[in-house]
Amino acid sequence: MTLVKTKIGRRAFIRNTGLAGGGLVLGFSWLASCKMTPEQVNSMPKEWFELNGFLKIGDNGLVTIMSPNPEIGQNVKTAMPMIVAEELDVAWKDVIVEQAPLNTDIFTRQLAGGSQSIRQGWEGLRMAGATARQMLKEAAAQAWQVPVGEIITSEGMLTHEASGKSAGYGEMASAAAGIEVPEEVELKEQKDFKIIGTDRKNVDGEKIVTGKPLFGLDVQREGMLIAMIVHPPAFGMKLKDMDAESVKSMPGIKDVFPIVVYPEDAEKQWSDGGAIAELAVVVGNSTWECMQAKKALQVQWEEDSKLESSAYHDETLTELVNTAPKEAARKDGDVDAAFKKAAKIVESTYSAPFLAHNTMEPMNFFAHVTSEKAELLGPVQTPEFLEMTLASVLGMPKEKIDIMMTRMGGGFGRRLYGTFAVEAAMISQKMGAPIKLVYTREDDMTQGTYRPSYKVKYKAGLDENGNLIAWHVRGAGTNDDLVFENRFPAGAVDNYLAEKHSLQTNVTTGAWRAPRSNFIAGAEQAFMDEVAEAAGKDPIEFRLELFDRAISNPVGDPEQNDYDPERYAGVLKLVKEKSNWTNGDNGKSRGVSAYYCHNSYVAQVLDLTMNGNTPNVDKVWCAVDCGIVINPLSAKNQIEGGIVDGIGHATYSALTFKDGVPEQSNFDTYRLIRNMEAPKEIETFFVDNGIDPTGLGEPSLPPIVGALSNAMYKATGRRHYNQPLINDKPPLVG
Amino acid sequence: MATFTLNINGKTQEVDADPSTPILWVLRDHLKLVGTKYGCGIAQCGACTIHLDGTATRSCALPVSSIGDKKITTIEGLSENGDHPVQKAWLEVDVPQCGYCQAGQIMTASALLEQNPNPTDEEIETAMNGNICRCGTYLRIRKAVKTASQS
Repeated sequence: MTLVKTKIGRRAFIRNTGLAGGGLVLGFSWLASCKMTPEQVNSMPKEWFELNGFLKIGDNGLVTIMSPNPEIGQNVKTAMPMIVAEELDVAWKDVIVEQAPLNTDIFTRQLAGGSQSIRQGWEGLRMAGATARQMLKEAAAQAWQVPVGEIITSEGMLTHEASGKSAGYGEMASAAAGIEVPEEVELKEQKDFKIIGTDRKNVDGEKIVTGKPLFGLDVQREGMLIAMIVHPPAFGMKLKDMDAESVKSMPGIKDVFPIVVYPEDAEKQWSDGGAIAELAVVVGNSTWECMQAKKALQVQWEEDSKLESSAYHDETLTELVNTAPKEAARKDGDVDAAFKKAAKIVESTYSAPFLAHNTMEPMNFFAHVTSEKAELLGPVQTPEFLEMTLASVLGMPKEKIDIMMTRMGGGFGRRLYGTFAVEAAMISQKMGAPIKLVYTREDDMTQGTYRPSYKVKYKAGLDENGNLIAWHVRGAGTNDDLVFENRFPAGAVDNYLAEKHSLQTNVTTGAWRAPRSNFIAGAEQAFMDEVAEAAGKDPIEFRLELFDRAISNPVGDPEQNDYDPERYAGVLKLVKEKSNWTNGDNGKSRGVSAYYCHNSYVAQVLDLTMNGNTPNVDKVWCAVDCGIVINPLSAKNQIEGGIVDGIGHATYSALTFKDGVPEQSNFDTYRLIRNMEAPKEIETFFVDNGIDPTGLGEPSLPPIVGALSNAMYKATGRRHYNQPLINDKPPLVG
Repeated sequence: MATFTLNINGKTQEVDADPSTPILWVLRDHLKLVGTKYGCGIAQCGACTIHLDGTATRSCALPVSSIGDKKITTIEGLSENGDHPVQKAWLEVDVPQCGYCQAGQIMTASALLEQNPNPTDEEIETAMNGNICRCGTYLRIRKAVKTASQS
């Protein structure tokens, strides 16, 4: 056990004063949508005792653990309560998990993003469990008149061996709720973990496979109306006029109107990216009736800024990567001098298009706004920021705004930008009725906060011995400057120059699973392969040499380099061993890649065979260093998903624009990877090093694009520079 | 508006709806059976898959007027206690990430196994190819179908 002060997240452990003296808490989540069986009702405790904001213990020993962060498919709703349960020392079968509502008094960082929920939640979650366990021990010590230090716990039982006394947590819960929150607590050693590090199934699994209402789109309320919006057809246009009257009489339609969602004086948050000030709205009884009225509605739009096309973005990004910015982002040594004396120079440019998020559940939100309060329920990754915006646009104090998160049918960054929830609230306020705003797939795909389009130009210099002596990266993106100047190979090359540009556009962009890394990792790792080949070296050995340099004699201030070269090399060595790296003499074409982002290290080896332009991926070996793995079963699911997602988007997906209009609006024209196109096999290996855990929602995606490109080169003898790779065909000859 | 008599999950139900209304929205909005999901509305993603007389069918592009007396099965009616071999296999393999597409995946898989109890790997991939999973759980989906076929 490790003794730790309970200062972190301490306010969460101070009980609600209204409940002082017993801490009795009744009832379950008001979101509970599934009827319990009689057996379940009988097994429910008669009383619950809240020991802190994260957990309550029933008189029969059942424990309810709140999962604070939004669940978007990254499985924190299972993993976060596992951490609490571990330190509380209860059996996992006795745990009931509830999604916590937004509560800034109790929880910190209730946000799904950046693969940070586990990393940033780790200490607080452990404290929540450990303080409650300590309070139970104190209660037992007082009841039994024995020293607290002699009491041990195991799987929900308190035992005092010398006196032979024992009790379940349920028996001591009432007394424990009255114990002072301890100043320090003991945390378990990793070797004593019984839950963390073991396979635990998704806590919502049974509800998912039986079709229970879990998602925002499934919300039903008495008197609830459906609302749909019509947004500008092009980026750069705004609402001018609309003919509401002619569709108001359509069947099932309640009202049709323009609405200003964001007044000029609205205090916007970063989560309002992609906000459209004014929209056309259709409100009716049913989704289908609203869809018909939406189609019939005549809306006039007017241009308020330039209508941009993909050709313009592409040409401008090309100009930018060929133009030196005024200032370098990082400069070590002198690349120009090094290139002059280099024995070999390699130079390439890589590009990728805009991408839509395309969560399978389109954007939606339930809102019921009255003069008294605002009730919001739905899928959003950033409830805390949503509350601030709502307070501004509704003119209502935050105390009157309740936000509850549903399970989300995917996030990938899209639901960081909760403008749809703001729209729902404003429509409800105007209608004076509970409404559920529903986006069609077309609304969802054509009103996005897209992954920016990117271009990056690399130049590397090698000496006569094949040593990397100079590296120059210059990147550009739409609304995003792309380059992480302190990432590898910064610190491993004497002469290094990183430069970046951002092209401002009116196409709204935002975070998309592993922002920037989702493109730059693949480009960097494909270029690294080109350079290793020019150096006449094995691609893994070439990378390991660079990591050795960064370990033994780093260039510049080692603190500045945004990676740990030992952990980086560690995953590469692990994947080399596990894949029996032979660089392609097994009849398959093989590529390797490694990347560090979102605090986790990933290296991958990929085998494929080509069928025309289509890569058929036979196997991926994936080595991961994310420190302690909370739930290996779902951790592997995240790794597999990231790999499929990365291969899919790099190979097949693109969103293009013509005069501001997105040219793809549904899955008939926007291609997502399908079952037959996914790898045949993925094998994942975790580094076991006992380091505090980091996240997994994003890190396996970025590097796989490099491994794929490098294997495709082995198969075709041709480098693929432009995504989607399936369209990157050889130039016509003759 | 017209009245339709539908056989859904073994029960006869009457609904008043415009004849053009896709059965997806009749299920979700009129009958509050929300297990069947909306994904694209143009029969491209498979999230809305139901069984029509045992055949996996996209409900989002199928007008209620075309159903007649065909039997509809939704995810809610696949089994009484959530213990259909495909549902059990889905839990055993721990397939879902976000979970949104999985009802449709399960309906496609269960119709496949009804017609072909021992599909090859290739037959599984082909049958499941019409159902998009944005989280990328395809490998676990294949494994769960295989597991169910062997149970």
